[in-house]
Amino acid sequence: MVPMQYYLLVSTFMMFVGVFGFFTRRNLLTILISVELVLNAVDINFAVFNRYLYPEHLEGMFFSVFSIGLSAVEAAVAIAIIIVVYRNLENIRVTGLNKLKD
Amino acid sequence: MNYSQILLMRPELSLIALIVFYLLYDLIAGEKGRKYFHLVVSLGLVAHIAYNLCPTGAVSISEGMYLSSPIIGIVKTILTFGTLIVVMQSDLWLKREDTVIRRGEFYVITLFTLLGMFYMVSSGHFLLFFIGLEMASVPMSCLVAFNKYNHESVEAAAKYVLSALFSSGLMMFGISFIYGLNGSLYFNDLLQTITASPAQIMALVFFTAGLGFKLSLVPFHLWTADVYEGAPTNVTGYLSVVSKGAVAFVTLTILLKVFVPLLGEWQQMMWWMIVASITIANLFAIRQKNIKRFFAFSSISQAGYIMLAAICATPVAMTSLVYYVIVYMVANLAVFGIISVVEQRSNGKVGISDYDGFYQTNPKLAFVMTIALFSLAGIPPFAGFFSKIFVFWAAFKAGFWVLVFIALLNTILSLYYYLLIVKAMYITPNDNPITHFKSDGYTRVSLVLCLIGVLVLGIVSSVFGILNAYSFGL
Repeated sequence: MVPMQYYLLVSTFMMFVGVFGFFTRRNLLTILISVELVLNAVDINFAVFNRYLYPEHLEGMFFSVFSIGLSAVEAAVAIAIIIVVYRNLENIRVTGLNKLKD
Repeated sequence: MNYSQILLMRPELSLIALIVFYLLYDLIAGEKGRKYFHLVVSLGLVAHIAYNLCPTGAVSISEGMYLSSPIIGIVKTILTFGTLIVVMQSDLWLKREDTVIRRGEFYVITLFTLLGMFYMVSSGHFLLFFIGLEMASVPMSCLVAFNKYNHESVEAAAKYVLSALFSSGLMMFGISFIYGLNGSLYFNDLLQTITASPAQIMALVFFTAGLGFKLSLVPFHLWTADVYEGAPTNVTGYLSVVSKGAVAFVTLTILLKVFVPLLGEWQQMMWWMIVASITIANLFAIRQKNIKRFFAFSSISQAGYIMLAAICATPVAMTSLVYYVIVYMVANLAVFGIISVVEQRSNGKVGISDYDGFYQTNPKLAFVMTIALFSLAGIPPFAGFFSKIFVFWAAFKAGFWVLVFIALLNTILSLYYYLLIVKAMYITPNDNPITHFKSDGYTRVSLVLCLIGVLVLGIVSSVFGILNAYSFGL
């Protein structure tokens, strides 16, 4: 069996790729994709911890299932808002979102 | 599992009934019925408050996943009261041409966020806590985008939804490590297994980062000013008071129930966050030109004061936190009610300089605003003074006297910038002030309620006593 640490390495890598993408991308959709990477890293974590450390309960799996559902909801709302941004700006680059500042 | 247990969730069930009723009302009631929609919603919320006013005893459903105690019931009532005030103040805005057909959505979405906060407040398991938090923050981004033809509103919504998603990702990462290290997510089980090992501290840091985003404490506050400025004014009021109050209460309960062995680390972390929030927000507030942005920074510093109660983790601190939230709620909602009615009646004037000479044309509103600002700043006869005293006293007794001293210095600073608005309204001359107008009935009632709160809550000392009697159960 693959040791647990390898899974955790993958999930941590995904998490920080997501964080990096969140701060550096300039397009709203790629930012959303980066955030989804963070959420998926968390799902992997839960599944792995459950499978390797506490196989007698399914609490971690339940959390993963709920968090997949919730990230779908979040993606739906975020894309709806991105569409409204597109209607107002005719593009979805973050450089257009510069009206609100000091 | 015994399904009749679900009937014990009284506040949630009655709120769900209200939501379903309003959804159907929006569908079925014709043009004529929808004229009374606002009245129906306000009365429904009043009925909801009345139905849940008596705090119920301790309730625990499905092995402690859902917990309720008298103080949690009180907090839910307070949140409903705040929502009622916000809904009442939104009447003028919802009668506008572009929003009038979507007014049903506003009520339903608002009540859904309130439902999420209810579940979050009475969660006994991280899953329920997380679902409640998402239920409170995802529909909130729809509310922020409610003026969808307006660039500012949409921009604020994009910023809000992405930072809310990111912060909940961070928080979930922390929760996943808590699960991996302890093998359970029930608050009761966690209390026995949590230790101050480095991995647990890392989990706590991620978790606190997520909460800090929701509370807009300083290293995580960057979204606050933009979102508060761009969102519709009533939604800003809702965000700054109801949502923040719920998260602040949850932060303290989770600290008391789960992270007890990590109290030292938590306090050190919060110490720096509080000092940064209060000081930086106060300094930034001074240079703002837009009144909504100004109150965004004011609310960041008020969140710092609220966390001053959460840092000590004692029952008295719990009481002072709830008391602070009530007092902050009435004062801040009075301010936002006035900003909202001025914005609607004067074609969107939200600059601080627009308020020059406001007293000459609208003396009553200027007077209410002044009292609310005095309460926010903590000037003696008003409630804000007493709430600040209780918070400082709780922190002082827990030994944080340097922190209390810094907070006191910042109170003086905050007095300066709150008085800038008072000065603008009473003293600064203006050739072309906001013209005299009549505010609508709902706004008047809500402002009177807030004014009574500001004047009475501080002087009637039994309020604090009642809260204190209940908060020991936690």
